[in-house]
Amino acid sequence: MGQVVTQTLIAALMVGVLGIGAPAAAQPPDQTDQTQEFVPLDNLPPQEQLPAAPLLVAAYIFSLVALFAYLWSVAQRLRGVSDEVRRLEGELKQRGERG
Amino acid sequence: MPKWFTLAAGVCALMFAVAPILIARAPYEAEMGLVQKIFYYHLPSAITFLVAAIVCGVASVRYLFGGSARQDRLAWAAAELVVLFGLITLVTGPLWARKSWGVWWQWDVRLTASLMGWMVAVAYLLVRKYGGPGSDKLGAGLALFGMANVPFIYISVNYWRTIHPSTTVVPTLPVSMGVPLWFSLASFILLFVVLLRMRVHLEEQRARVDQLYLSVDGN
Repeated sequence: MGQVVTQTLIAALMVGVLGIGAPAAAQPPDQTDQTQEFVPLDNLPPQEQLPAAPLLVAAYIFSLVALFAYLWSVAQRLRGVSDEVRRLEGELKQRGERG
Repeated sequence: MPKWFTLAAGVCALMFAVAPILIARAPYEAEMGLVQKIFYYHLPSAITFLVAAIVCGVASVRYLFGGSARQDRLAWAAAELVVLFGLITLVTGPLWARKSWGVWWQWDVRLTASLMGWMVAVAYLLVRKYGGPGSDKLGAGLALFGMANVPFIYISVNYWRTIHPSTTVVPTLPVSMGVPLWFSLASFILLFVVLLRMRVHLEEQRARVDQLYLSVDGN
Protein backbone atom coordinates (compact mmCIF):
# COMPACT_ATOMS: atom_id res chain seq x y z
CA MET A 1 0.00 0.00 0.00
CA GLY A 2 2.80 2.36 1.03
CA GLN A 3 4.69 1.58 -2.19
CA VAL A 4 1.64 2.35 -4.30
CA VAL A 5 1.24 5.72 -2.60
CA THR A 6 4.93 6.57 -3.06
CA GLN A 7 4.86 5.58 -6.74
CA THR A 8 1.68 7.56 -7.30
CA LEU A 9 3.24 10.62 -5.66
CA ILE A 10 6.36 10.30 -7.80
CA ALA A 11 4.26 9.90 -10.94
CA ALA A 12 2.17 12.91 -10.00
CA LEU A 13 5.28 14.94 -9.34
CA MET A 14 6.70 14.00 -12.74
CA VAL A 15 3.46 14.88 -14.49
CA GLY A 16 3.43 18.15 -12.62
CA VAL A 17 6.97 19.00 -13.65
CA LEU A 18 6.22 18.11 -17.27
CA GLY A 19 2.97 20.01 -17.06
CA ILE A 20 4.74 23.15 -15.90
CA GLY A 21 7.47 22.79 -18.54
CA ALA A 22 5.17 21.91 -21.41
CA PRO A 23 3.54 25.30 -21.99
CA ALA A 24 6.94 26.97 -22.00
CA ALA A 25 8.30 24.39 -24.45
CA ALA A 26 5.24 24.73 -26.61
CA GLN A 27 5.84 28.43 -27.17
CA PRO A 28 6.90 29.11 -30.77
CA PRO A 29 10.48 30.41 -31.00
CA ASP A 30 10.87 34.12 -31.39
CA GLN A 31 11.49 34.31 -35.14
CA THR A 32 12.37 37.98 -35.10
CA ASP A 33 15.25 37.57 -32.67
CA GLN A 34 16.75 34.60 -34.55
CA THR A 35 16.78 36.37 -37.89
CA GLN A 36 18.38 39.36 -36.24
CA GLU A 37 21.20 37.20 -34.83
CA PHE A 38 22.72 36.19 -38.18
CA VAL A 39 25.68 38.27 -39.20
CA PRO A 40 27.57 37.44 -42.41
CA LEU A 41 31.23 36.66 -41.77
CA ASP A 42 32.42 39.60 -43.85
CA ASN A 43 30.35 42.03 -41.78
CA LEU A 44 31.90 41.07 -38.47
CA PRO A 45 33.79 43.80 -36.67
CA PRO A 46 37.59 43.56 -37.28
CA GLN A 47 38.32 42.46 -33.70
CA GLU A 48 36.07 39.39 -34.20
CA GLN A 49 37.51 38.33 -37.58
CA LEU A 50 40.14 35.59 -37.51
CA PRO A 51 43.21 36.48 -39.59
CA ALA A 52 44.02 33.83 -42.23
CA ALA A 53 47.75 34.50 -42.66
CA PRO A 54 48.96 33.07 -39.29
CA LEU A 55 46.94 29.87 -39.88
CA LEU A 56 48.33 29.52 -43.40
CA VAL A 57 51.91 30.17 -42.31
CA ALA A 58 51.52 27.76 -39.37
CA ALA A 59 50.23 25.01 -41.69
CA TYR A 60 53.14 25.36 -44.14
CA ILE A 61 55.79 25.70 -41.45
CA PHE A 62 54.47 22.70 -39.56
CA SER A 63 54.42 20.56 -42.73
CA LEU A 64 57.97 21.46 -43.71
CA VAL A 65 59.35 21.11 -40.17
CA ALA A 66 57.69 17.66 -39.82
CA LEU A 67 59.13 16.51 -43.17
CA PHE A 68 62.63 17.78 -42.41
CA ALA A 69 62.54 16.36 -38.87
CA TYR A 70 61.62 12.94 -40.23
CA LEU A 71 64.30 13.15 -42.93
CA TRP A 72 66.88 14.09 -40.29
CA SER A 73 65.71 11.26 -38.02
CA VAL A 74 66.04 8.64 -40.78
CA ALA A 75 69.46 10.03 -41.83
CA GLN A 76 70.69 9.85 -38.21
CA ARG A 77 69.46 6.28 -37.74
CA LEU A 78 70.96 5.28 -41.09
CA ARG A 79 74.32 6.79 -40.14
CA GLY A 80 74.33 4.92 -36.81
CA VAL A 81 73.50 1.58 -38.42
CA SER A 82 76.01 2.08 -41.27
CA ASP A 83 78.75 2.81 -38.71
CA GLU A 84 77.86 -0.40 -36.89
CA VAL A 85 77.94 -2.38 -40.15
CA ARG A 86 81.42 -1.01 -40.94
CA ARG A 87 82.66 -1.78 -37.41
CA LEU A 88 81.36 -5.36 -37.49
CA GLU A 89 82.72 -5.96 -40.99
CA GLY A 90 86.11 -4.67 -39.83
CA GLU A 91 86.00 -6.94 -36.80
CA LEU A 92 85.15 -9.97 -38.95
CA LYS A 93 87.94 -9.09 -41.38
CA GLN A 94 90.48 -8.84 -38.56
CA ARG A 95 89.39 -12.21 -37.16
CA GLY A 96 89.68 -13.71 -40.63
CA GLU A 97 93.22 -12.38 -41.03
CA ARG A 98 94.23 -13.72 -37.58
CA GLY A 99 92.60 -17.12 -38.25
CA MET B 1 71.07 2.76 -52.48
CA PRO B 2 69.99 2.43 -56.15
CA LYS B 3 71.20 4.91 -58.79
CA TRP B 4 67.74 6.39 -59.35
CA PHE B 5 67.55 7.44 -55.71
CA THR B 6 69.87 10.46 -55.96
CA LEU B 7 68.11 11.70 -59.10
CA ALA B 8 64.67 11.24 -57.53
CA ALA B 9 65.76 13.02 -54.33
CA GLY B 10 67.17 15.95 -56.38
CA VAL B 11 64.01 16.27 -58.50
CA CYS B 12 61.89 16.07 -55.34
CA ALA B 13 63.86 18.87 -53.64
CA LEU B 14 63.50 21.01 -56.77
CA MET B 15 59.75 20.37 -56.91
CA PHE B 16 59.34 21.33 -53.25
CA ALA B 17 61.23 24.56 -53.99
CA VAL B 18 59.00 25.40 -56.98
CA ALA B 19 55.65 24.39 -55.40
CA PRO B 20 55.35 27.46 -53.09
CA ILE B 21 55.80 29.76 -56.12
CA LEU B 22 52.95 28.04 -57.98
CA ILE B 23 50.79 28.05 -54.84
CA ALA B 24 51.44 31.76 -54.26
CA ARG B 25 50.46 32.53 -57.87
CA ALA B 26 47.20 30.52 -57.67
CA PRO B 27 44.08 32.71 -57.41
CA TYR B 28 42.24 33.20 -54.13
CA GLU B 29 39.15 31.07 -53.65
CA ALA B 30 36.07 33.33 -53.69
CA GLU B 31 34.55 32.41 -50.32
CA MET B 32 37.48 31.31 -48.17
CA GLY B 33 40.17 33.64 -49.46
CA LEU B 34 43.79 33.23 -48.37
CA VAL B 35 43.30 30.36 -45.92
CA GLN B 36 42.15 28.06 -48.76
CA LYS B 37 45.79 27.89 -49.89
CA ILE B 38 46.37 25.35 -47.08
CA PHE B 39 44.55 23.01 -49.49
CA TYR B 40 47.69 22.70 -51.69
CA TYR B 41 49.53 20.89 -48.89
CA HIS B 42 46.56 19.42 -47.01
CA LEU B 43 45.11 17.38 -49.86
CA PRO B 44 48.44 16.01 -51.21
CA SER B 45 49.51 14.97 -47.70
CA ALA B 46 46.09 13.33 -47.18
CA ILE B 47 46.37 11.37 -50.43
CA THR B 48 49.94 10.34 -49.58
CA PHE B 49 48.69 9.27 -46.14
CA LEU B 50 46.13 6.97 -47.82
CA VAL B 51 48.67 5.67 -50.38
CA ALA B 52 51.10 4.87 -47.54
CA ALA B 53 48.34 2.99 -45.66
CA ILE B 54 47.61 0.93 -48.80
CA VAL B 55 51.33 0.16 -49.35
CA CYS B 56 51.62 -0.87 -45.69
CA GLY B 57 48.51 -3.06 -45.93
CA VAL B 58 49.47 -4.76 -49.21
CA ALA B 59 53.02 -5.46 -47.97
CA SER B 60 51.55 -6.86 -44.74
CA VAL B 61 49.20 -9.19 -46.64
CA ARG B 62 52.12 -10.41 -48.74
CA TYR B 63 54.18 -10.89 -45.59
CA LEU B 64 51.39 -12.80 -43.83
CA PHE B 65 50.86 -15.17 -46.76
CA GLY B 66 54.38 -15.28 -48.19
CA GLY B 67 56.59 -14.75 -45.16
CA SER B 68 59.08 -12.60 -47.06
CA ALA B 69 61.20 -10.40 -44.74
CA ARG B 70 61.45 -7.85 -47.56
CA GLN B 71 57.68 -7.28 -47.46
CA ASP B 72 57.81 -6.92 -43.68
CA ARG B 73 60.50 -4.24 -43.98
CA LEU B 74 58.41 -2.44 -46.60
CA ALA B 75 55.32 -2.54 -44.35
CA TRP B 76 57.25 -1.15 -41.37
CA ALA B 77 58.73 1.64 -43.46
CA ALA B 78 55.33 2.53 -44.93
CA ALA B 79 53.71 2.56 -41.47
CA GLU B 80 56.10 5.31 -40.36
CA LEU B 81 55.12 7.33 -43.40
CA VAL B 82 51.43 6.80 -42.64
CA VAL B 83 52.11 8.44 -39.27
CA LEU B 84 54.14 11.28 -40.83
CA PHE B 85 51.74 12.22 -43.63
CA GLY B 86 48.73 11.53 -41.43
CA LEU B 87 50.09 13.95 -38.86
CA ILE B 88 50.54 16.67 -41.49
CA THR B 89 46.97 16.07 -42.71
CA LEU B 90 45.50 16.10 -39.21
CA VAL B 91 47.32 19.33 -38.28
CA THR B 92 46.84 21.33 -41.49
CA GLY B 93 43.13 20.37 -41.68
CA PRO B 94 42.13 21.94 -38.34
CA LEU B 95 44.19 25.06 -39.13
CA TRP B 96 42.10 25.49 -42.27
CA ALA B 97 38.85 24.49 -40.52
CA ARG B 98 39.30 27.06 -37.75
CA LYS B 99 38.95 29.86 -40.27
CA SER B 100 36.48 28.39 -42.76
CA TRP B 101 34.23 26.33 -40.43
CA GLY B 102 34.74 28.32 -37.24
CA VAL B 103 35.88 25.23 -35.29
CA TRP B 104 39.15 23.33 -35.01
CA TRP B 105 37.57 19.89 -35.21
CA GLN B 106 34.30 18.15 -36.04
CA TRP B 107 33.58 14.54 -35.11
CA ASP B 108 32.28 13.82 -38.59
CA VAL B 109 32.92 10.58 -40.47
CA ARG B 110 35.93 11.61 -42.55
CA LEU B 111 37.81 13.35 -39.77
CA THR B 112 37.10 10.58 -37.26
CA ALA B 113 38.01 7.80 -39.73
CA SER B 114 41.24 9.62 -40.66
CA LEU B 115 42.18 9.98 -37.00
CA MET B 116 41.40 6.29 -36.52
CA GLY B 117 43.59 5.33 -39.50
CA TRP B 118 46.44 7.41 -38.08
CA MET B 119 46.04 5.81 -34.65
CA VAL B 120 46.13 2.33 -36.21
CA ALA B 121 49.51 3.22 -37.77
CA VAL B 122 50.78 4.55 -34.42
CA ALA B 123 49.59 1.30 -32.81
CA TYR B 124 51.45 -0.67 -35.52
CA LEU B 125 54.70 1.13 -34.72
CA LEU B 126 54.25 0.66 -30.96
CA VAL B 127 53.53 -3.05 -31.43
CA ARG B 128 56.61 -3.45 -33.65
CA LYS B 129 58.86 -1.60 -31.22
CA TYR B 130 57.68 -3.02 -27.91
CA GLY B 131 55.70 -6.15 -28.88
CA GLY B 132 58.58 -8.61 -28.76
CA PRO B 133 58.54 -11.93 -30.65
CA GLY B 134 55.48 -12.36 -32.88
CA SER B 135 54.86 -8.65 -33.15
CA ASP B 136 55.52 -8.81 -36.90
CA LYS B 137 52.37 -10.91 -37.50
CA LEU B 138 50.32 -8.89 -35.02
CA GLY B 139 51.48 -5.67 -36.69
CA ALA B 140 50.58 -7.08 -40.12
CA GLY B 141 47.07 -7.74 -38.84
CA LEU B 142 46.80 -4.16 -37.64
CA ALA B 143 48.02 -2.89 -41.01
CA LEU B 144 45.14 -4.77 -42.65
CA PHE B 145 42.68 -2.79 -40.51
CA GLY B 146 44.47 0.38 -41.52
CA MET B 147 44.15 -0.49 -45.21
CA ALA B 148 40.48 -1.50 -44.88
CA ASN B 149 39.82 1.96 -43.45
CA VAL B 150 41.15 3.75 -46.56
CA PRO B 151 38.13 3.39 -48.91
CA PHE B 152 35.89 4.30 -45.98
CA ILE B 153 37.84 7.55 -45.44
CA TYR B 154 37.67 8.36 -49.15
CA ILE B 155 33.97 7.75 -49.83
CA SER B 156 32.61 8.79 -46.43
CA VAL B 157 32.07 12.41 -47.51
CA ASN B 158 29.80 11.29 -50.35
CA TYR B 159 27.52 9.13 -48.21
CA TRP B 160 27.27 10.93 -44.86
CA ARG B 161 26.20 14.47 -44.16
CA THR B 162 29.36 16.36 -43.29
CA ILE B 163 30.80 19.83 -43.58
CA HIS B 164 33.97 18.44 -45.17
CA PRO B 165 34.03 19.04 -48.97
CA SER B 166 33.13 15.98 -51.05
CA THR B 167 35.34 14.18 -53.60
CA THR B 168 33.70 16.09 -56.47
CA VAL B 169 35.58 19.32 -55.64
CA VAL B 170 38.98 18.41 -57.10
CA PRO B 171 37.82 17.36 -60.62
CA THR B 172 35.90 20.63 -61.00
CA LEU B 173 38.81 22.91 -60.06
CA PRO B 174 39.83 25.54 -62.63
CA VAL B 175 43.23 25.04 -64.30
CA SER B 176 44.74 27.94 -62.34
CA MET B 177 44.09 26.03 -59.11
CA GLY B 178 44.49 22.53 -60.55
CA VAL B 179 48.10 23.03 -61.76
CA PRO B 180 49.56 23.90 -58.32
CA LEU B 181 47.49 21.17 -56.71
CA TRP B 182 48.63 18.37 -59.07
CA PHE B 183 52.20 19.65 -58.97
CA SER B 184 52.13 19.61 -55.19
CA LEU B 185 50.59 16.14 -55.19
CA ALA B 186 53.34 14.86 -57.53
CA SER B 187 55.95 16.38 -55.16
CA PHE B 188 54.41 14.60 -52.16
CA ILE B 189 54.17 11.24 -53.95
CA LEU B 190 57.80 11.51 -55.11
CA LEU B 191 58.83 12.45 -51.57
CA PHE B 192 56.94 9.41 -50.30
CA VAL B 193 58.87 7.16 -52.72
CA VAL B 194 62.22 8.71 -51.69
CA LEU B 195 61.50 8.47 -47.95
CA LEU B 196 60.15 4.94 -48.32
CA ARG B 197 63.33 3.82 -50.11
CA MET B 198 65.48 5.46 -47.42
CA ARG B 199 63.49 3.85 -44.65
CA VAL B 200 63.55 0.40 -46.30
CA HIS B 201 67.33 0.80 -46.70
CA LEU B 202 67.56 1.46 -42.96
CA GLU B 203 65.74 -1.81 -42.25
CA GLU B 204 68.01 -3.64 -44.71
CA GLN B 205 71.04 -2.30 -42.89
CA ARG B 206 69.57 -3.38 -39.53
CA ALA B 207 69.07 -6.89 -40.92
CA ARG B 208 72.69 -6.81 -42.09
CA VAL B 209 73.80 -5.84 -38.57
CA ASP B 210 71.90 -8.82 -37.15
CA GLN B 211 73.59 -11.12 -39.69
CA LEU B 212 77.01 -9.70 -38.88
CA TYR B 213 76.48 -10.17 -35.13
CA LEU B 214 75.59 -13.82 -35.80
CA SER B 215 78.76 -14.20 -37.88
CA VAL B 216 80.89 -12.53 -35.16
CA ASP B 217 79.38 -14.78 -32.49
CA GLY B 218 79.85 -17.83 -34.75
CA ASN B 219 83.55 -17.13 -35.10
